[in-house]
Amino acid sequence: MAFGPFLLLALMEGLVTAAILALAASGLSLVFGVMRVVNVAHGEFYMLGAVLAWAVTTMIPGPPAMAFLAAVLIAPLLVAALAAAADGLILKRLNYDPEATIVATIGLLYILQQAALSLYGPNANPVAAPFTWRIQLPWFGYSGYKLFVVLAAILVLLALWAFMTRTRAGLVMRATQVDRTTAQAFGINVDRVYMGTFALGAGLAALAGVLIVPVQQAQYLMGHDPLLLSFIVVIIGGLGSLRGTLIAALVIGLSDGVISMFFTPTLAKILATLLVAMVLVFRPQGLFGAKA
Amino acid sequence: MTSFIHPTRRGLLMAGGAGLLAAALPGHVGAQAAPIRIGFQLHRTGIGAAYGRWYERTAQAALTAINEAGGIGGRPVELLFEDDATDPKRGSEVVDKLTQQAGCDLVMGTLFSHVVMGSAPRAAELKVPYLVCSEGYHVASGALNRWTLQPGITDVRAQISTMAPWVAANLGKKVTMVFPDYAFGHDHRDFFTAAIQAQGGEVVAQIAVPPTETSFTRYFPQIPAETAVLYHVMVGPAVLTFVKELGEFYGTGAKPALFGFVDSLEAVDTATPGLEFLEGSHFWEAHPRVKAADAGEHEDHYRAAVGVDDNGASVSDAKDVSTYSHMFSTWETLYFIKQAMEAVDYAGPADRQKLVEAMEAITDLPYGIERPQGAKRFNGKTHQVFGSQHISQVQGGKLVKVHATTIDEGLYEDAVDYTSMSF
Amino acid sequence: MKPWILHIALIAVLATAPLWLSPYHATNLARIMVLAVFAMGYNLAFGYTGLLSLGHALLLAAGMYAAGLPAQLWGWAAGPAFIAGIAGGGLIAAALGLLALRTAGVSFMIVTLMFAQAGYLTLLYFAHVTGGEDGFAVVSSGRVLLGSDLSTDTPRFLAALTIFAIGLLASLALVRSPFGRTMVAMRENEERSRMLGYNPFTVKLAALTLSGLYAGAAGAAYALLFGYVGASFATIQYSILPMLYVLMGGAGTTLGPFLGALLMFALIEAATVLTTAHQFIVGAALVVLILFAPKGILGTIRERWLRWLP
Repeated sequence: MAFGPFLLLALMEGLVTAAILALAASGLSLVFGVMRVVNVAHGEFYMLGAVLAWAVTTMIPGPPAMAFLAAVLIAPLLVAALAAAADGLILKRLNYDPEATIVATIGLLYILQQAALSLYGPNANPVAAPFTWRIQLPWFGYSGYKLFVVLAAILVLLALWAFMTRTRAGLVMRATQVDRTTAQAFGINVDRVYMGTFALGAGLAALAGVLIVPVQQAQYLMGHDPLLLSFIVVIIGGLGSLRGTLIAALVIGLSDGVISMFFTPTLAKILATLLVAMVLVFRPQGLFGAKA
Repeated sequence: MTSFIHPTRRGLLMAGGAGLLAAALPGHVGAQAAPIRIGFQLHRTGIGAAYGRWYERTAQAALTAINEAGGIGGRPVELLFEDDATDPKRGSEVVDKLTQQAGCDLVMGTLFSHVVMGSAPRAAELKVPYLVCSEGYHVASGALNRWTLQPGITDVRAQISTMAPWVAANLGKKVTMVFPDYAFGHDHRDFFTAAIQAQGGEVVAQIAVPPTETSFTRYFPQIPAETAVLYHVMVGPAVLTFVKELGEFYGTGAKPALFGFVDSLEAVDTATPGLEFLEGSHFWEAHPRVKAADAGEHEDHYRAAVGVDDNGASVSDAKDVSTYSHMFSTWETLYFIKQAMEAVDYAGPADRQKLVEAMEAITDLPYGIERPQGAKRFNGKTHQVFGSQHISQVQGGKLVKVHATTIDEGLYEDAVDYTSMSF
Repeated sequence: MKPWILHIALIAVLATAPLWLSPYHATNLARIMVLAVFAMGYNLAFGYTGLLSLGHALLLAAGMYAAGLPAQLWGWAAGPAFIAGIAGGGLIAAALGLLALRTAGVSFMIVTLMFAQAGYLTLLYFAHVTGGEDGFAVVSSGRVLLGSDLSTDTPRFLAALTIFAIGLLASLALVRSPFGRTMVAMRENEERSRMLGYNPFTVKLAALTLSGLYAGAAGAAYALLFGYVGASFATIQYSILPMLYVLMGGAGTTLGPFLGALLMFALIEAATVLTTAHQFIVGAALVVLILFAPKGILGTIRERWLRWLP
């Protein structure tokens, strides 16, 4: 394939990766920024989103678009509720101690993964896309749904940005992020903020899972990669910076796509990983974080 | 804690006692009550889980059939399943547990080749027969040991070399290969490249995809335009994504002929939306998933016993598609064990060495209910079995068998003689 | 004096274990002791110096391949191969530290994670040498130490015990030494120790390298004692494991890593007996444990009762 179309394909693929990553990572960034909790189970919320999307679409008869819309609404809500419960039952009792929460969320990861395996099974099951429009370019074909994923992610992120900057709840969350003690002194119910943040973060991961499932199938181990990549994005973007998270997702998604053009796949992965690691080594505060 | 320190004492004494008793009494008169215990290393969790549960079901079905027919040498048989999490380290611990703690006579059932590599050394240390169902070339290549055998499934090297002549004659001679970047994929790369060259063809590009990959589209542009045949094989949870993205990539445009190993579609329904582009393409199958028109007389019995319908899906859930081209190996391995044990009048763990020697002496394995996939030939020197292979075409969303190879087509020169190694 | 007596007593009890354990559990204990060495190394970096690494699988694998490859390719005996393994772990840790220690906190965690991931993929990329994901079974000639065969029960147990004992006593001596206190100072307040004249970078680099020596020793021991080398040991799972052991047993306690490794192993064994959904039990046990002993078992015991526990 000629260089031009090849690059185009690499960029399109990179954009899709970036879109999903931006959603999952913004959820992690919130949890991490506001609560200072390293949520190892974040990828499992993503997986649950995908698995629940499968469950919802198989239960609801009718055209794929309707079933998928239902999944988009129901799955993230269920996952958010589950996360809120986990926060109240476990994380809160640990006083959000950074080390203890790592162990607790590893435990949660095992529990959620086993639940998915026992109740849903080990197979990768497909979910029909809401529409089957395909773009046929002269050089290759491309799934129209993938482009829709990019669009949907942009809309969700805009809504999130508006929520964080334009609403009282967003203001309260940002205040808690900056200084928990002062926020408490001003009468903010920090416990509720934390629970809300954890639920919102998990809901965003689940939404990313729902959006990706028509492309990548629901499988009980699928949370692994998004977890690692989300962490990388959050750190590269700079702690607590939503804009940074977004740009880092773009950088990682696109560089992953473009580097894979020039090298054999495994070598490309090695180089892309080292590149991102080096960015952090020489700019430890991330691209957009304030100097620590 | 107590269960951690002392749990096995009694179990070991009982197993040991049974062995002593069996050794003391002539024939199997005294041992009749004591069951033969076969340990099964199962991929219940981890990336092998989709295969694991079908391995479990098939082995259970064979166990029931064997016990109903009087067991092995008149003794009942037990299977003990233990999860290895599809991990080599846990795998070797499981061999240990099944052998030393559960007192199994032998261990079988492993599929993923890195688990085989990690577990085989421990099996040799414990001097316990270790019968894998993995199709890897690791056994016949000589990388393993006297105690490790693969009597239930043809290895990848033989499978591949039987495919090349057909591919060159029917699909084309310029081949691009897409395969996972680990041993299983490397076997495909090495042996198919050599085999197609022998047919006057060539491999124009080799695209190795890292095993951690979940998205593949970006690698497809590396497929050269001159490619006549795209040879694809993928394993793991992302297989359906792989074939779907391949379909999207080519779409309605011109595309090379597709030849895949059914590993890319094991446990996946070929009629899944998005796979329409596979129509007319070809797959290697060890055992045709959709019952062939000329299927052997035991096919129905086997399917019924395992609980699989004529499309290769579970009888209780048509969407639950089996790993049909691999799972028969557990069935055939159990019957192979039965044959060898009865040949040496196996009485207990003291006979393990004799048992391996008896297995090495086996050669012809005719078609029958013992071998629903077809007749086999066992090579005692390389510890590897050879059987016939099939090529199926997707017609109307179903895999239809169009070609069968002979056992002889898959034979190759021995790379090792395990019988010359010490126990 | 009390800590020394306690540690030597533990080693003495472990030394008698083959007498009262079944061969199966004695071999498992050998495995646990090797894993505990890995976790002790992790504890030096994380528990004492505060370096939250997610890249220790790289150091484990470095030791494993540095021992296994010479044995395989050039016929090295177990002794030299083991030393090569320790050196391999230490060297890679020093190189990792030179780069990654420019970062701190969670950034350090992510950078180490990424280097480890690159290392894992590199093992796959050079599969013609490393055996890739499959790895290789170590040749029996490479598993002979001073004439005794490490693939047999007693020599294997004694070798594992020796490495464990040296590792444990060395870590006890280390954390009670002035340097050990400097490490803790890094964890507690890096800025203050800088003002006291310490160079935080050097101290952390030394701690991480020491940690790498332990990880390398564990990797080499696994290769030589259990006869298998494979890339799966370089995956993230093996970076999380030592963290889990240390946090369960108690971060910053000398015996915590061993206790954590022992408990985790026992937990998985017990869970698989109870149900096929064994991950559920493991997960629930972790949650319950951390709810009731948030500083790990020995950390909590030290806080409440035994203040002298090292």
